[in-house]
Order: sequence, then structure tokens, then C-alpha cells
Amino acid sequence: MEKFTTHTGVAAPLRRSNVDTDQIIPAEYLKRVTRSGFEDGLFAAWRGDPDFVLNHPAFAGASVLVAGPDFGTGSSREHAVWALQNYGFRAVVAPRFGDIFRGNSGKSGLLTAQVEEKTVIAIWDLLDTAPGTEVTLDLLERTVSAGVGLAQVRDSFDIDDYTRWRLLEGLDDVAITLSHADDIDTYEATRPSYKPATL
Amino acid sequence: MGRTLAEKVWDEHVVRRADGEPDLLYIDLHLIHEVTSPQAFDGLRLSGRPVRRADLTIATEDHNIPTTDLDKPIADLVSRTQVETLRRNCEEFGVRLHPMGDIDQGIVHIIGPQLGLTQPGMTVVCGDSHTSTHGAFGALAFGIGTSEVEHVLATQTVPQTKPKTMVVTVVGDLRDGTSAKDLVLTLIAQETTGGGQGYIVEYRGDAISALSMEARMTICNMSIEWGAKAGLIAPDEKTFDFLHGREHAPRGVDWDAAVEHWRSLATDDDAAFDKEVVLDAAAVEPFVTWGTNPGQGAPLSADVPSPEDFAEPNQRVAAQRALEYMGLTAGTPLRDIAVDTVFLGSCTNGRIEDLRTAAALIEGRRVAGSTRMLVVPGSVRVRLQAEQEGLDVIFKQAGAEWRGAGCSMCLGMNPDQLAPGERCASTSNRNFEGRQGKGGRTHLVSPEVAVATGVLGHLAAPSDLATV
Ligand code: SF4
Repeated sequence: MEKFTTHTGVAAPLRRSNVDTDQIIPAEYLKRVTRSGFEDGLFAAWRGDPDFVLNHPAFAGASVLVAGPDFGTGSSREHAVWALQNYGFRAVVAPRFGDIFRGNSGKSGLLTAQVEEKTVIAIWDLLDTAPGTEVTLDLLERTVSAGVGLAQVRDSFDIDDYTRWRLLEGLDDVAITLSHADDIDTYEATRPSYKPATL
Repeated sequence: MGRTLAEKVWDEHVVRRADGEPDLLYIDLHLIHEVTSPQAFDGLRLSGRPVRRADLTIATEDHNIPTTDLDKPIADLVSRTQVETLRRNCEEFGVRLHPMGDIDQGIVHIIGPQLGLTQPGMTVVCGDSHTSTHGAFGALAFGIGTSEVEHVLATQTVPQTKPKTMVVTVVGDLRDGTSAKDLVLTLIAQETTGGGQGYIVEYRGDAISALSMEARMTICNMSIEWGAKAGLIAPDEKTFDFLHGREHAPRGVDWDAAVEHWRSLATDDDAAFDKEVVLDAAAVEPFVTWGTNPGQGAPLSADVPSPEDFAEPNQRVAAQRALEYMGLTAGTPLRDIAVDTVFLGSCTNGRIEDLRTAAALIEGRRVAGSTRMLVVPGSVRVRLQAEQEGLDVIFKQAGAEWRGAGCSMCLGMNPDQLAPGERCASTSNRNFEGRQGKGGRTHLVSPEVAVATGVLGHLAAPSDLATV
């Protein structure tokens, strides 16, 4: 997994709440058996609309998505995270995330920065007045900032310590857990005999 | 201080606990399907890791498979590749698979309980958010993403931060013509789609105890629709009766030891929850969704709401957008909404009890001329059982289509999809934009409401049928 320390990039305002994973990537795009190539499915139902934010030239090449509350609710499809990453996003800023989506993001290296709703609204307003403005996410400091001078928005964001550490180090979960294989062996020895087996 | 059911199950599965880290939880059962597993198996191959416990893993094909022409190869090439990839992966890694055509094939959340693999006090995971279904047995069951699927395959554990606990106490009795589905839709409308976020929810109270195992699965299935990490119900005699004698249920002395342990899992009297919600089952009416998330619902007796009815700005905007997408006008009585298609099935309501209820209601009646109705059993065994009871004949005589088992129109990955603008009353769990096919419009309903709607051609309650 690629390490994440800080990232600065063009931010796209997605002025919607409750963007579920079916909107992020509809089921018909889930059929690939690789981790790449999902960018075409990203927000597929909305991309055909010329007014959709990602079709705006100022937001071409956006790498930070700023969305309303409850982003990534719904299904467990990690494809939603891959679609965002395949498209070029490194981070999503929102007031609240779907649990599974947030977990998946942490494991794939997409930063989900949880901020207060007023911060999202302030960034949206800034991006409306100055489309193409870059947003910086500093994972070391846990801060999000955008704009300069009076128009500057700056706030801290929430992310749990463990996910932050793994993102900073670019660590693979499986390798970390396998380093505790002894604990797993010990636990397995205590499992009751009535627990079912599939084979 | 005492502990809750969820805390007891959690504590029993902690392999490793360290400051500043999530707990490492042991997984008793890992369910797999074709959509969320290929990249996980790929990851194993790339790092040269085996599946640690193939004997705690089981796979089936459900999301992509067609429900007609079952004897032919899957026509959609990409779907076929995904299914074939699962077959190759299971073969290579020694995982038990129930493929299309197998008698134990079906929706992953239907076959676990059916085989007796889902048992109280277990941890169950699957790369699928409706894994919460298995909580009906008093198991701690939750959906995981593909990276976690790989993690469980490689280690039989998953790191998890302990969520808070909530109890939903459902008092009173459900009235005739209402069901577990109406109850859970009412709950989600009240608590909104984010209301359960960060919590493991325990459902309890007289109304919950009175429910069958099937109905309890319907409730737990939809836990994720209001954001909960998992939903569970304490095991009781009904749970034990359901399990007894099933293929993978413990036998003999093992059974006795298991039951004794399962009884000890109930939440202690002095245990504290972080939050409590109380719901009166007697006040629940037949309920439908009018919007594009499962929280946007109302009793069938109501009108389509107006965005102005919502105080919270985000909800107002969401309602506005939902009405546009759904092609609805505020103030229209919900009963006046004409429906093109009725879908009876899915892991929410595709079990034998759902089919029995629906068949009893539709017997001697006919699906309205303007409406089509698909009946899709949740598993091959559900289908065979229904056919043995003659339910298929009842559905066919009523003009409904009787299909093969799978996820089908719940998410439209197989050929069963809505056309743009097509309106569907669906017993599934998600009414997201495009969920059942691009541009399709979904109203979530109970099996009873689905039948009444199919017969009358517009959203309707079972009591409306008395006049037909
Ligand atoms: S029936 Fe629907 S919700 Fe259930 S597993 Fe299949 S696609 Fe998911």
C-alpha cells in the first residue's frame, strides 16, 4: 500500500448527502476480477450529465472529493474505493462516512477525513467562488486546509489512530496479523468441539 | 457489571488485544460469493499465502446468476468470468463451493442458516453488507470489504474496533397484516439511515420474541440499512428448534454442551447499553418507501411527503432529489402509485416462510394485467420446498413468474433488471437510485404488501384485498 503523509490536490465539491456505494459504482460495473479499471464506473449514473461536477473543466484531475454527510453508505463493495482511486482520488472529506466504506478505504490507502459539516460547507463555498482551488490534507497534523488569506478554510479532521498509523506507514494488514500467528494458534487450540466446520 | 450479548460474543473471540490497536477477532465462519472475492484470492496468490482454515469457509454463486434458462451457460460474458473465477479459486484453495445447479446453492445469507452453519455465539463475516442477517441466531455477523476478505482467508481473523452497543426494545404485538418487514422499515424511517452508525444493535422485547426465525432474519438483515455494524437477537428455544437436526448443527453431547453455552449468552440484567430505542409494534402499519434510501418511508395510509416536511436541510434536499428520481408528486396518496413490477425474493424476504405467506394471500387471485410479478426463491432448497408444497402452482396460476434461486432483481447484476422509469414494489432491502437497474424506481415493501400491490396494480395493503 502506498504511504500517505500529506496530499495537496484539486478538490471537487460533491454537494450531496447519502451518496451510497451504489451511486459511487453501480452493480453492473462490479464484474471485473482485478483491482483496476473501475474508473469508468465511478458515479456512472451521474457522469452523463454535463453539469455533473466531475465534468466541469475546473475539476478535471481532482484528487480530493468533498462530500455531504453519510458518504459511502450501503454495500460492502470495496470496488467503490477502487473506483475513486482508479479515477485519481487520494482522499474524501465528509462529515460522516458509511462504516464499511471507511474501513475499506483505510485498507486500500484512500484517506477518509471526517470533519464537521460546517467545514464541508465552507470548502464547498470556497470551491464555488474559486473552482480549481487546491485542498491540502495533512495526515501527520490531521488537518485539512484550503485557500488563502481571509477566504482560508482550515480545520482538523478525525481519523482513528490505528488507521492513521497504517496509512502513514503504508502497512499491509495481513502481514501485521501474521506476525501474531502464535496468538492465533493459541486461540484455535481453545475453540470448543461443537463449533461447525464446512469440510 | 454485566455484559451484553454482543459484548460476550465479542470477548469470546478476541485473539489479541493491545493498547491503541483494534482487537483481533477470530472468525468462526467465512462466507464467500463471486463478486467480492476474486481480488482477495488474487492477493493470496501474489503473496504465496494459503487459506488458513478452508474448513471454516464456504462459497456459493448468487449475485450474477440468471434465474431462467438454468441449464445454459451464463449469457453475460463478464458475469460468467466472475463465476468461473470463483470456481477456479475455490478449487485451487480447497474451499467448499455450491455452484449453480447444486442443491445447496442460493443467496449466501440464506444458505448459512439453512445448512445449520450459522449458530449462536459465532462470529460470521462475508464480503457482503447483509451479513447482519445471521445475527438473528445470536451470532456477531458483519459485512467486510475485499481487503478484509483476503485478511480472513489468510489469517481467519479480522482486526476490529469495538463498536458501541444499542438496544432496540420492541414492545407490544404486531397487528394482523403487518410483519417484521414493516417493523424494520418503520424503525429505519424513525432513526434515519445513519441512526445505527457505530453501534452493534440488539433487538429484543415481546414483539421480537414472538417472531419466527425467518422474521428475525428479516429484521437483522436490514440492520445495515440504518448504518449499524451488526444486529443481533438473543438465542432462545425457537433458535434451538430451528437448528436442531440441521446438517451442520452439533449432535449428541456436543448439542447439549452447545445449547448450555448458547443460553449463557443472553444480555445480563445489569448490563448497560450505550443507547436505547423503544418501538411500539402495535403502532406499526403496512409501510413502504417513497424515496431513494431505506429511511425515506411512510405508512401506506400516508401521502407522498413534501420536501418542506423535513426540518433538516440535508433531508430536505435529499427528499427533493428522491421525488424527482422516483417521479412522484408531494401529496399523492401512496396507495395511488401504480406499479409495473413486483419482486418477491432476496436475502431479506426470499425464505420459505415469505413464500408461504405470499402464496396464501395470492391464492385464488390474479396479478393485475398491467403488472408483472417475479417470485425468486432465496435458495434451491427453498425452491424445492415451495414446489413440494405446491406454492409454485399457486404463484403461476396467479400469473406470477416462478424463477430459479439467486439475488436476482435485488441488485440487477444478472439479467433481472428494471428498465429506466420502471416502478417496482420490491421485498428486497435497498431502494437506492438504479439499484434494480439503471433508472429503475424501487419501493421497499413486505411480502404481504408486495402481493396486494401485484393484485391491485398499485401500492396496497393486504387489507385492501378483502374488497376484491
Ligand atoms: S439478495 Fe440482495 S442484498 Fe442479499 S446478498 Fe443478494 S444482492 Fe445482496
